[in-house]
Amino acid sequence: MKTVAIVGASLAGARAAQELRAQGFDGRVVLIGEEPHLPYDRPPLSKAFLAGTAARESLDLLDADDLASLEVRLGTRAERLDPATGRLVLSDGELEADGVVLATGGRARALPGTEAVAGVHVLRTLDDALALREELVPGARVVIVGGGFIGAEVASTCQGLGLDVTVLEALPTPMARVLGPELGSICARLHGRNGVTLRCGASVAGLTAVSGRVTGVQLETGENLPADVVVAGIGMVPAVEWLDGSGLAIGNGVRTDSGLVTSLANVVAAGDVAAYGPAGIRHEHWTNATEQASVAVANLLAGQVVREYQPSGYVWSDQYSGTLQLAGHPAPDDEVRYAEGGPDDDSFLATYHRDGRTVAVFGLNNPRGFGRLRRQALRRPMPVG
Amino acid sequence: MLRACTVDELPPGESVRIAGPEPIAVFNADGELYAIGDTCTHQDASLAGGWLEGCFVECPLHAALFDLRTGMPSCLPAKQPVRTYQVQVEEGVIYVLADAAEDAA
Ligand SMILES: Cc1cc2nc3c(=O)[nH]c(=O)nc-3n(C[C@H](O)[C@H](O)[C@H](O)COP(=O)(O)OP(=O)(O)OC[C@H]3O[C@@H](n4cnc5c(N)ncnc54)[C@H](O)[C@@H]3O)c2cc1C
Ligand code: FES
Repeated sequence: MKTVAIVGASLAGARAAQELRAQGFDGRVVLIGEEPHLPYDRPPLSKAFLAGTAARESLDLLDADDLASLEVRLGTRAERLDPATGRLVLSDGELEADGVVLATGGRARALPGTEAVAGVHVLRTLDDALALREELVPGARVVIVGGGFIGAEVASTCQGLGLDVTVLEALPTPMARVLGPELGSICARLHGRNGVTLRCGASVAGLTAVSGRVTGVQLETGENLPADVVVAGIGMVPAVEWLDGSGLAIGNGVRTDSGLVTSLANVVAAGDVAAYGPAGIRHEHWTNATEQASVAVANLLAGQVVREYQPSGYVWSDQYSGTLQLAGHPAPDDEVRYAEGGPDDDSFLATYHRDGRTVAVFGLNNPRGFGRLRRQALRRPMPVG
Repeated sequence: MLRACTVDELPPGESVRIAGPEPIAVFNADGELYAIGDTCTHQDASLAGGWLEGCFVECPLHAALFDLRTGMPSCLPAKQPVRTYQVQVEEGVIYVLADAAEDAA
């Protein structure tokens, strides 16, 4: 293999580039990203960077040594992949590669019909964060649509900036999909405890605007909530549209086997875009992108599946000066037990149980205890690399 | 010199964090005491909350490993070392030798 092209220059792409070198590939590596920025880390975009306490440089994923060993093409979009020839059609020309890593992640879902309304934001990219930060001025009333991780983090950051914040969640319990109903509702209570209004079962019917600028959020019930800034945290859509006609199987992401290899042995996928295994599971979390990059690269270099992806299910989120940590894979009807502290405490540890097994571990504000419990209760995740 | 805690308060496998402008984490790794900058150089997790494994500490947030003897990270995502500090035990109390400036602060 002489040239490996990595499409998508964010976490999974940057890690894939580092892993290629770490795993001994000494050919040409081309990292293609449509954003104009050098690869940066997203988690701080809803936290310290949005709050204005983390600098742009602190988000950099690659250092000078990494960059020197790569060819980075920024502001360049991959438009097509011809599987027969391995040729990539880029917005600024063509590129021939004998190995391809797909790491295009996804794009934030916007509230329908609001793209042109000023004051309405999504949060996925650095530019999104800069645009939102501009508008978080004293006195602004912020309404966040979606009580998932990103919505909750933005709410917490806005509250920290002293703004008036309301979170709207369509489901009865926010974050129940990831944490289950019990721990989801405990985390949801953090909003109220910190002076943020959370309204569950609230469906958005539309927005009100004056002169092209948002003034409020209209609920299905007819109620209108005044708003100067609206943030939609309603999920993302995998960036696979450009793979139409590539012959690759697409379905809620790029389909791969359990080694992250697509139907072509020289094309692998990693990160938010990869839908792996027979069930086509996709994870949208940081550690997943890092760990998948390592496995995908190993299998690409070997030309066959030498490592299967074993998800650790590790996710963290920072909300209201606290840290939530989860490892494993809880299901909604798992039994929850408290290993330390309880649901009303500022800090606790809990485990999820199913059929007599511990399937996941959760910690609020107790990283040390979480680390210990996770190692006791769950098999240690495979080290990266 | 900064006071960490008493020897009794830091059994093997445990750590303490000394707050301050530059927080410091002190570890008891199987009987050896080490002190390093508490803030992970990747983002800003507190390493005192990390997992001790031999003379390495694993960052609780993204699992970068730091060598307590040198402060060097031995795996991604961290790339920059954390500072190391000398540790001294006097009459059952653990002290960390920090800069004069820091000491005065
Ligand atoms: C605001 C925010 C906060 C988060 N906080 C946390 C957290 O606290 N904990 C956690 O575990 N996870 C968090 N995440 C999730 C984590 O950041 C993602 O899982 C991770 O970024 C996935 O990386 P990726 O490289 O797979 O995809 P992405 O980060 O989506 O990157 C894909 C890149 O590919 C580019 N691209 C797409 N299509 C093309 C194309 N055709 N040609 C060229 N380039 C293309 C995109 O522009 C993008 O830069 C957060 C995400 C966001 C947005
Ligand atoms: S903050 Fe320590 S590894 Fe990321």
